Amino acid sequence: MKTNVKTGTLAWIGFLALLALLPVAGIVSKGFLSHVLIMILLNASMAQAWNLIGGYAGQVSFGHSVFFGIGAYGAAYAVTVMKTTPWPGVLAGALLAAVVAVLIGFPTFKLKGHYFAIATFAIVEVFNRLFMIWEDVGGAVGLDYPILKDGWKNFSWSRDKTGYFYGALLLFALIFSLVRRLEQNRFGYYLKAIREGQETAESLGVNSRRFKLAAMALSAALAALCGSLFAQYNYRVDPSMVLSLDMSMRFVLVTILGGIGTLWGPLLGAAILIPLQEYTRAYLAKLGPGVDLVIFGLIIILMMEFQPRGIMGIIEQIMKKRRRGGAR
Amino acid sequence: MSEILEIRNVTMKFGALLADRNVSFAVPKGSICGLIGPNGAGKTTLFNCIAGYYKPSEGEIIFLGKRIDGQPPFVIAKQGIARTFQVVRPLKEMSVLDNIMIGAFLHTRSASEARKIAEKCLSLCYLDEFRNMQAGELTIGNKKRLEVARALATNPRLLLLDEAVSGLTSTEVQDMVKVIRRLKEEGITILMVEHIMEAIMPISDKMVVLSHGEKIAEGPPSVIANDPAVITAYLGEKFARKIQKNNTASAEVDHGGRP
Repeated sequence: MKTNVKTGTLAWIGFLALLALLPVAGIVSKGFLSHVLIMILLNASMAQAWNLIGGYAGQVSFGHSVFFGIGAYGAAYAVTVMKTTPWPGVLAGALLAAVVAVLIGFPTFKLKGHYFAIATFAIVEVFNRLFMIWEDVGGAVGLDYPILKDGWKNFSWSRDKTGYFYGALLLFALIFSLVRRLEQNRFGYYLKAIREGQETAESLGVNSRRFKLAAMALSAALAALCGSLFAQYNYRVDPSMVLSLDMSMRFVLVTILGGIGTLWGPLLGAAILIPLQEYTRAYLAKLGPGVDLVIFGLIIILMMEFQPRGIMGIIEQIMKKRRRGGAR
Repeated sequence: MSEILEIRNVTMKFGALLADRNVSFAVPKGSICGLIGPNGAGKTTLFNCIAGYYKPSEGEIIFLGKRIDGQPPFVIAKQGIARTFQVVRPLKEMSVLDNIMIGAFLHTRSASEARKIAEKCLSLCYLDEFRNMQAGELTIGNKKRLEVARALATNPRLLLLDEAVSGLTSTEVQDMVKVIRRLKEEGITILMVEHIMEAIMPISDKMVVLSHGEKIAEGPPSVIANDPAVITAYLGEKFARKIQKNNTASAEVDHGGRP
């Protein structure tokens, strides 16, 4: 058992090292491919942040764009209004997102049923309107970044994308390592138990509300970190870009496609969906706007019909068949 | 103090419906206590009051000398009371071992420690061979034993079994009875709800009978089995009278036989 865990950790570190070597090998620098790779890492991180509360704890949130948005605005506000580095904004955004998450979760986690999901839906609209009319953060126009000096201090690179790639990789490594660890801990076990049967979990001594709140706060803070990276990468932020149901659905759909409540699902989902989306957007643009979204939707429908457990579910099926075949 | 649990004048109302009225009894430490009664007698309601799912309308529940009524289920579990559910509730998409580990995490944060405790409970309930199976795929008899194993992993002082043998085949019932006897040997006090009297008569040290929300009898199984109020509650008045008539009739025949 222990050696298993150790080989798993070694494989994980090896995988991260391999990704880190991509720029050295000349694969990541300027081109479109590096943009796609950054988006894969970012979306995988977003999906994994969501997976913590939506997958492991089974509390489906449609409000993660709010936390993402708070993170994005945090970084942008620090840079454009306060004229400092983004870092204090990143930190404040993550903390604030966690606070908002607890404020949403505290009343709704007490209730059974879909109240939590509905509340998260509503909160997206509230925040969208709020930021639309809030002049201090640019209102509907949003915040545009000035030209900054390249480097980690400003988390800004204008000549090539290598810096952003490493930033996204760091974020990805942080979030996946954290969830990987939690999955094997009491915390992860409890979240799964709450998902599978809250009353049963409580009968075994689990304070379900406390654990759901903790998972929600952590998930929101991680989503905010992703938002900060997004704002830095795009050099601007506005309400419809980050605070929208579209953005919220991205968290949900990438995870569902890859495999909800699994460690590698979010990465698989992003690795398939993002290239598809980015390339269709680039090459099928003449067919009109939103072609990528049509394909996006089609894949999800097919997945729900044939394998609701996502790509991880398909992999599991194949493994099972193999094992059975081997037994014969 | 020989009583581990004490129910004092507990009344539970749901609006106008009186599920339990002024029920009092005690469960002696280390015993197996059976709580029986016909359907709708208020057994499960009382059970849910003890386990923290309902707050009794009136009365007190005392566990190890402390009042516990009105506390939420997870607090009650921490105090040392574990329960099973009448309708089994496996954590379906988790393995049998992981199910039991959830219980074991109550007293340890370490996963390897929890796994060790779970392994022990697994074999105590004869579930070793199903270790890695998804809990949702078990047969009903095994699911019932999983309920017990999971509750057991919380290391309870008092175990509440809600109809642990109902709906089982006779071999499955025997397996369960074996498990319950083992638990008693481990020093765990057991309060079990059943409506099938035969199943728990032989293993109970004490029985409490509820009917229409009220306690109608309390005592050792041999006394309960012949209690006229219990027979009436279970079989109806007409049938009870018939039995009584039969008893007196045979007595009269005996008398008549004498010269």
